[in-house]
Order: sequence, then structure tokens, then C-alpha cells
Amino acid sequence: MAKQRIDEPTGTQTVGHEWDGIEELNTPLPRWWLWTFYATVIFSIGYCIAYPAWPMIDSATKGALGWTSRGQLADEMAAEARRRGPVMSAIAATPLEDIAANAELRQVAINGGAAAFRANCVQCHGSGADGIRPGSGYPNLRDDEWLWGGDLQSIHFTLVHGIRNPDHGETRMSLMPAFGRDGILDARGVQDVVSHVRTISGQERASAASARGTTLFEANCAVCHGAAGEGNRTLGAPNLTDRIWLYGGSRQALTQTVTNSRQGVMPRWGHRLDETTVKMLAIYVHSLGGGEASPPTSTNPQTTAAAAAAPAAAAAPAAPATAARP
Amino acid sequence: MNDIRDITDSPLGQYQKRKGVFPKAVDGHFRRLKWAIMLITLGVYYITPWLRWDRGPYAPDQAVLVDLAHRRFFMFGIEIWPHEFYYVAGLLIMAGIGLFLLTSAVGRAWCGYACPQTVWTDLFQHVERWIDGDRNAQIRLNNAPWGPAKLARRLTKWGVWLAIAVATGGAWIFYFADAPTLAADLFSGTAPYVAYFTIFILTMTTFIFGGFMREQVCIYMCPWPRIQTAMLDEQSLIVTYKNWRGEPRASVKKAEAHPGEFGDCIDCNQCVAVCPTGIDIREGPQIGCITCALCIDACDTVMKQVGRPRGLIDYATLADAEQEKQGQPATPVLKTLLRPRTLIYFGIWSAIGLGLLFMLGNRTRIDISAQQERNPIYVLLSDGDVRNAYTVRLRNMENRPREMEVSMAGLSGGRMWRGEDTEANAADRFVLTVAPDSVQKLTINVVAPYEGQQRDEFALSVKALDQQGGSDSHDVVFERPESQ
Ligand code: SF4
Ligand code: SF4
Repeated sequence: MAKQRIDEPTGTQTVGHEWDGIEELNTPLPRWWLWTFYATVIFSIGYCIAYPAWPMIDSATKGALGWTSRGQLADEMAAEARRRGPVMSAIAATPLEDIAANAELRQVAINGGAAAFRANCVQCHGSGADGIRPGSGYPNLRDDEWLWGGDLQSIHFTLVHGIRNPDHGETRMSLMPAFGRDGILDARGVQDVVSHVRTISGQERASAASARGTTLFEANCAVCHGAAGEGNRTLGAPNLTDRIWLYGGSRQALTQTVTNSRQGVMPRWGHRLDETTVKMLAIYVHSLGGGEASPPTSTNPQTTAAAAAAPAAAAAPAAPATAARP
Repeated sequence: MNDIRDITDSPLGQYQKRKGVFPKAVDGHFRRLKWAIMLITLGVYYITPWLRWDRGPYAPDQAVLVDLAHRRFFMFGIEIWPHEFYYVAGLLIMAGIGLFLLTSAVGRAWCGYACPQTVWTDLFQHVERWIDGDRNAQIRLNNAPWGPAKLARRLTKWGVWLAIAVATGGAWIFYFADAPTLAADLFSGTAPYVAYFTIFILTMTTFIFGGFMREQVCIYMCPWPRIQTAMLDEQSLIVTYKNWRGEPRASVKKAEAHPGEFGDCIDCNQCVAVCPTGIDIREGPQIGCITCALCIDACDTVMKQVGRPRGLIDYATLADAEQEKQGQPATPVLKTLLRPRTLIYFGIWSAIGLGLLFMLGNRTRIDISAQQERNPIYVLLSDGDVRNAYTVRLRNMENRPREMEVSMAGLSGGRMWRGEDTEANAADRFVLTVAPDSVQKLTINVVAPYEGQQRDEFALSVKALDQQGGSDSHDVVFERPESQ
């Protein structure tokens, strides 16, 4: 290390190093710079006292101001709840159809419903509400096929009461007999019915098997699915003539369905989610692309007012099943 | 370079106390130019937010407004949307190149005349002179022990500074909200918290930077001098002490006694006394010089008094310095200003400006963008058709509601309807009104037969139905299931 010396032209001390003849001047910093540095040190001490800072064994120092990020979150959540309060009570107080007709409420409901959907429904119906994949047995909520009805009231009713909750009197309930397993139809009969169903849905051309199946269908299936296989929403019996198959429309999938029957279950959300959330969910699901116009109230069996009729409807499906049993 | 002394020239020690700078009042061409620029810049700064501009019932009436809440920038007849930020970027690039141009032509003249730090420091120095007196009185007062008289003067000075600082910070926030409303709110204490906070911060920075730190900001804190000095070349006009003419220095008396032995500088130190950054320009070009040319005014006055030609300190290029040393005349100013480098900068600068103007003249005030929903990509319908959904954004950048027609073309058998509507009303077009100055987001469902390519392209277009018209179109893809 060369010795420190005063540089002649500038009158400034050198730092004392020398690299290939190049020396560095020890130019002093301005003093305010030093004071600024001290100020930041003092600030950081105050900061450490005021806010949680030092890690201890199982937590950190609390900080004199009592601030926590958790508390801040709670405050923000509370503020958000206050902010949303008026619109939430408006949704609670407004009938479903009126919410849908009010652009602002509808948008809030769609957003709220989407959030509730992500938390409660995606596990079965998929994050896109498309039933995850065709044939999975979880209905695609975006298409135009509805088992129990696709108007606002029907969707709401389904949400509140669920599908096939045996512990619940008002639930959507119907049972399809296991035609093969219970011996109602023999293996050939099952295949004939399958042929018929594939024919009316346009997947197969009419054949001798489908002709035999027609008779079997009329005797065993038409009660629920209708003479032409057009389905019956009161019973949740799917339309068999369209292109949408909840469990798949292949021969194999249909054989499985007719042999063992299918019993899709959906929880009832009426006692798990609050009324406003269920309303928002109904509006959200209705908005996904498959929502249907509400039928006139008087003839709509699914309105809450007419909900008392539901148990009767639920009892009905049992009849054809027993009737079909010899 | 041995005659260049660093301005941090100091006694030993790691940290140096600020040397007091007590610039003396001066008069002259450049001082008057500095006055004029100060008047214009401060005038523009304080008055601009109060200018009104009638934009009709749906938009603010403030001529220049940065509307952060709605993310709009209004400037007289021009309204900039966030997606048009390239105009602002363009202006910033122009400002940068303008600075290159200015610097390569006349050195750090921006620093010396128009930089806010310079303008407010200058203003504060006038206040200081008005209260404490000129240089000598200031130095006397500074060295005097603290007493009631000194305290009174100091408090008065700081009070006036603080008032100016508050007005400075206060004026800034008016650019971000309706000025008359905000002014009323400010005084009634109902303005948003951030307004008071901004005023506080800008007040403190103005007060401290303009009152106390002054040249320290220019020398230590500001990055510009490093960049600007790098943009100078030997053709740039910078403030230069003509040492070949001035040296060796001697008093008038001594020079008279020994004619022909001494230069023109009478070593009166006036150039040092007036310098706002406290440097001695006779030591050569240095980073502390902000090219304010006050030393030129000072020396010219002295030269006039002693009957010698002006311009001992003057705007001169380094190339001129060499020429003049050898007795040749300096290059004419016009020739140094109009040289390839400055012309190229000017060319780039004006090309960007013209480009921006051209874009401004041709921009549409209606816009459509569409994004296909990906979850799910398509929905199979009971009759076998396929449905896709799109999130569409319609922009109405005019300050009035506009009726628009959205239509689709190029998808055979395709029909569409808005998310709120039903398939029963599906068609290849629909009409809606978009609120003034806003983006309307819609969901559009498009349905088409199952038969077709797996990826079909078609166009969504928007057309304004009013007289002014305008249209825009966006290509999107219609997707079908894989197993075709
Ligand atoms: S040396 Fe002259 S031009 Fe440079 S800052 Fe000082 S007074 Fe201004
Ligand atoms: S003002 Fe002019 S004459 Fe006086 S010291 Fe400066 S350069 Fe020399």
C-alpha cells in the first residue's frame, strides 16, 4: 500500500492505493449525506419499535403500535363487507327475476355467484362449469340441456334442495330402475333398448334391434322419459333424443346405464350457504349460456310458492319403477 | 487537465461541510433571459390547471387534467387513454432527445435556466436578497452570532420560503383533479388525504432543496449532470473563461504600470461572487457549472467599467478555444449551432413529433377487442351445434354516448347474442349504446353448426351508427371439438 498523500492539482488526499500508476482521490462526501444516513438509522430503530420486527423463538416482537398484517386484513375485509352491505341486502330483498332484470344487481350477483361457485361447485362441475368432461356424470351447466329445468327458479330450487338427498323431504328425487341388474330386462332386451335410444338420438340407423327396443321402451321407459324419449323435467328424466349424454352416449355407456341405472347426487346448499349466496349462484349459473326464460309463474311448479308440490313429484318416480317390476 | 480542480476540493476528512454560497445580484442579458424564463415557467406551472376547456356534459372541463381515477389524460382537445400511452412515451422520448439537442448545442442550458431546481432556487435567492440584503450583507449575517435580529430575519426568510413551497406543492395537485373544486375542498379540510400528503411532501422538498441544499442537489443528487456532460463535445457552446486572453491576472493599476505584460482579467472575483453554484469558472469547465451565464453578465459589466472588450467569459466551444488561442477568429455561432449532430437530433426529434401528430390525426375513437373464453373452449348443444363465448370490449372514446352496431362475418351458419339476451334473439348483428368515454365489456355467445373446421376464423366488427361514424374489427377463432 502506497502512502496516502495530497494530490497536488486538486489538493485532495488520495486513498493510498495505486494500480498501474492510477491513484484514487479520497474525495469527501458532503456532510448532509452522513446526516441523511444517520436519519435512516434512527428511522429504522423507531420502525422496529413501532412495528413487529425482531424474530423471537416462536413469534416476533409485537411492535408498539399493535399493527399486524392479519389485523389489517381483518380491517380491510370488514371495510369491504361494509361497502358491499347495501348491495348485498338489495340482492337479499329482491326476487330472483328482478335481480336478473336489474343490470347492476345482476352484475354484482354474477360476480358474487362466480366466487361462490369457485369455492363450492367446481369440484364436481369443473371450474368452467362445463361438467369437467362429457360423460362424467356431472352436468355441463353451460349447455341448453337441463334435467330439472334451466329457468332461474328451477336452478334456485335445485341449489337449495339438492338432488337425491335421502334425508331431505323436498330434495329433487327420482330413481331409475336398474333394468339389467334387477332382472327387469334380459341382456338382449337391454341391448335392444340401447339400440332404440341410439336410434332416436340419431347415432344409429333404425334396425330390427331398435324396433324390438321401441316396444320395450314404451313398456318400461316411456313413463319417465316420454313416449318419444323427450324426457320429463318434473322427474329429472333426461331427454334421450338430443346429442347431450350425461354419462356418455356410446353403446357401452348406455348398456351400463340401462343395466345398473344412474343416480347422480348433488348436495343441498340451502342449509350450507346463506340465502343471498344461493341467489347469486342461481343467477350466475343461469348466466352461463344455458339459462332459460321463466315460464309464467302460475304454471311453474318450481316456484317457491309451489314448492309444497315437490314432495308429490318426488314420490311419483317410484311408481313406474315398481310398476315395471313384475 | 491539471488546471481543473474538483469542486469538492476540501480539507482532509471523510465528510465535507457545505460551503456557503452567497451569490451576488447581477444584471445583464443572460440575467434578464433567466428572469423571462422563470416568469414563463412559473406562470405556466401555476396557471395551467386553472384553464378551462369545454368538453360537453360527459367529461371534465379542465384543460389539462391527469385523471388517475379514470385513467385518462386530458390536454386541451386531446384525450389520452391508457392504451394510448405511447403518446406520453413519445413525448418523453422527445423530451429526452430535446435535451440531447439542447445540450449538444448550448451545454447544460436546461440546468441553468429551466430546471425546476434552478428556477425555485433562484426564486428563493431573490427572497433571500430582499430580506437579508446582497452577498456581503448575507455573509455578515451568516457569520453574526444568533440574536433576536438575526432570528427575526431568519424566521421571516424561512416563512416566505415555506409559503412559496406550500404554493408549489399546492399547485401540483391541481393537475390531478378539478382545480376549483379541489381548492374549495382543500380549505374546508375535505380534500382526500393523498392531496394533503402530496402537498406536504412537495412543500418539504421545495423548502429543503430550494432553500438549503441548492447546488448540492445539482452536484450530488441529480443524475443529469453526469449524462449531460457526456453529451457535450468540443463543438458545444459552453460558458468558457478565455484564459488565453485573461491570464496572467493583474489589477487595473498594476496592468497600467506594466503594459503588455498582463491579460484582461483584473481578478475582481465578480464571476465567482455571482455564481449560484459557488464555483470559479476560471478554473475551466467543471461539473458544478450549470451554464447559467451569470458570470458572463458579471464579467461583461466589469469589462465595460474598465473599458475592455466584453466576452472575457463567454459562450464558446472547446474547438473555438483552441482556435482563439492561436489567434484565429472563432466559428460563427450559427455554424456551431447548425452542425450535423444538432441537425440529426433535430431531425429525430421532429420526426417523432410529426409521427405523433400524424397518429393523433388518424386515431379512431371507437375500438373493439375480443377474447375467446377458454374455460370451456366450446359447449356442445343439444341439437348438436357448438357454442363459443367471447369477452368483448367496446371502447367509446368520445365524450358522448354512441350507438354502435356489433356484427359478425365469416362464420357459416353462425349466429350470436349477448350474454344477457337469449338464443331466441340470435342474429349476425346487434345494436347497443356505449356510455360516453368508457369501455363496455360484454359476453357474446356465438353458435355455429357442428360441421366445419376445428378452428374457424371469423371477424367481430363494430361500427358507430352516428354521423361521425368510425369502425373497427377484430379477428377471432371459433373452435369445435377435436373428434371431427
Ligand atoms: S460558472 Fe458561470 S455559468 Fe457556470 S454556474 Fe457559475 S455563474 Fe453559472
Ligand atoms: S469577473 Fe471577469 S475580470 Fe473579474 S475576476 Fe472574473 S474573469 Fe476576471
